[in-house]
Amino acid sequence: MANIIDDATIEYVSILAKLELSDEARQKAKKDMANMLDYVDKLNELDTEGVEPMAHVFDMENVFREDVVTNEDESEKTLMNAPERTENGFVVPKTVG
Amino acid sequence: MSLSELTALELGRKIQSKEVGVKEAVSAVLDNISKYDKDINAFITVDKEGALKRADEIQDKIDSGNFKNPLAGVPVAIKDNICTEKLLTTCGSKMLNNFVPTYSAQAVENLQNAGAIIIGKTNMDEFAMGSTTETSYYGATKNPWNTEHVSGGSSGGSCAAVAAGECYYALGSDTGGSIRQPSSFCGVTGIKPTYGTVSRYGLVAYGSSLDQIGPVGKTVEDCAAILETIASYDVKDSTSVKRESYDFTSCLNESIKGLKIGVPRDYFAEGLDGEVSKAVLECAKVLESLGATVEEFDLGLVEYAIPAYYIIASAEASSNLARFDGVKYGYRSEEFNGLHNMYKKSRSEGFGEEVKRRIMLGSFVLSSGYYDAYYIKALKTKKLIKRAFDKAFSKYDVILSPVAPTTAPKLAQSLSDPIKMYLGDIYTISANLVGIPAISVPCGIDSKGLPIGVQMMGNHFREDNILKAAYALEQTKVYQMPSISK
Repeated sequence: MANIIDDATIEYVSILAKLELSDEARQKAKKDMANMLDYVDKLNELDTEGVEPMAHVFDMENVFREDVVTNEDESEKTLMNAPERTENGFVVPKTVG
Repeated sequence: MSLSELTALELGRKIQSKEVGVKEAVSAVLDNISKYDKDINAFITVDKEGALKRADEIQDKIDSGNFKNPLAGVPVAIKDNICTEKLLTTCGSKMLNNFVPTYSAQAVENLQNAGAIIIGKTNMDEFAMGSTTETSYYGATKNPWNTEHVSGGSSGGSCAAVAAGECYYALGSDTGGSIRQPSSFCGVTGIKPTYGTVSRYGLVAYGSSLDQIGPVGKTVEDCAAILETIASYDVKDSTSVKRESYDFTSCLNESIKGLKIGVPRDYFAEGLDGEVSKAVLECAKVLESLGATVEEFDLGLVEYAIPAYYIIASAEASSNLARFDGVKYGYRSEEFNGLHNMYKKSRSEGFGEEVKRRIMLGSFVLSSGYYDAYYIKALKTKKLIKRAFDKAFSKYDVILSPVAPTTAPKLAQSLSDPIKMYLGDIYTISANLVGIPAISVPCGIDSKGLPIGVQMMGNHFREDNILKAAYALEQTKVYQMPSISK
């Protein structure tokens, strides 16, 4: 039951992952992913019928708090690491015509 | 004995008694960094100026009696995925090669409140994805015991720095064994605490349901004191757990008489190196001679932990690493055509191969049509694995096992076959899936002269059991440092 990752699938994955792959990287990614899926398919040996999927180890529920501002204006800190910025905003390429 | 050979607590005591000055302690590790780190490459950033400046401040406070914490004035190294205000934090990635956090992780704050001195930031596998510290954009960290071998990973820099006397202790992070395995490879002690014990606030997320920050030190006692200092309930981390007790040191001198130790037979199967197996089983005998009861048992489901882990960790990584888009921080491609292309090019140029591999796998297993078959299946498997551990802990206080199937492999031998590398995590990964505490303690040296580690796992919130067993075991041995730092 070897998995085969075709061009369409790897193209779809690279859209989801927001990655641009060279032809060489694409071929390698197809092979790597197929190998990995072959390996993780081992889980199909297990009967998990009726088992609750466990996201967190403790039975955690949402942790709520009052929506109260506790910090000061930190916009300068927020912008400090931006690759490109104005005085009070991030700069990104134009997105509307 | 040189100053840098002291344990963190020994140094802390000498600082409190004014036998050693804080600046002297800082200089001792800075000297070792300048002597050894061009070969070992444990550090990405060394903050010499900041550490020396802080040494004066801390010394003043100690002199005026304001700092009583046993770690006050003791220099520490921090893994480079843990945010440190105003100090470069790269995650071992080109993506963050210019990222200077504007705040510190809660664990770092806790250390600083105790008077710790940050000496620098340690090398790691890129975004903590790897088992050798070879996926770092900043070059591999070499093993201080033999620089032809890897330090292990992903906290390889932290563990190598402690082993080489380039710091007195360090913080690492552990998502699938990333503290314990390099601790074992470098002959130091490391703890992954119970999930939720140390705040993840300021830890750059990889697999959020698995990540925990933990201590790396020369001794069990050091690690217990460090854990006691960094652990805290934190409202800024929604998965932080309010524990009944944050005392990790009182247990050390408790007797281990009657402590029930289980040795999983299925961990001592094919693939485990003979010398490692022998050294680890010898530890069981020592603990038995100290009054513990030791019994072999079948844990079960061992071979399903790694596939479940890689689905879950990759899925979470693909989501967590979506934030790196060249807009808010980090690397932005120099040439692009429009917003979407800027995202793609920045990410493709900023991330290394292993990171991209896991992001793609994670995106795939979460995509519609595959979500149930892979992601949900893995979460169900995780539940079954938890049941297996619950059953084991209904009979035993401690599960004793190897940390890794072999001692440190040679450099450049692991990355070409990712699945083979992943298999090396077989003994450590379950503790992350199940959220339980686990410790790695040095227990011998193999015929190649490389350290061997033994792992002890305890039930949720039962760090006390593994700490006292590890401490009892440690008392029967003499701590060894690699010859490089002698």
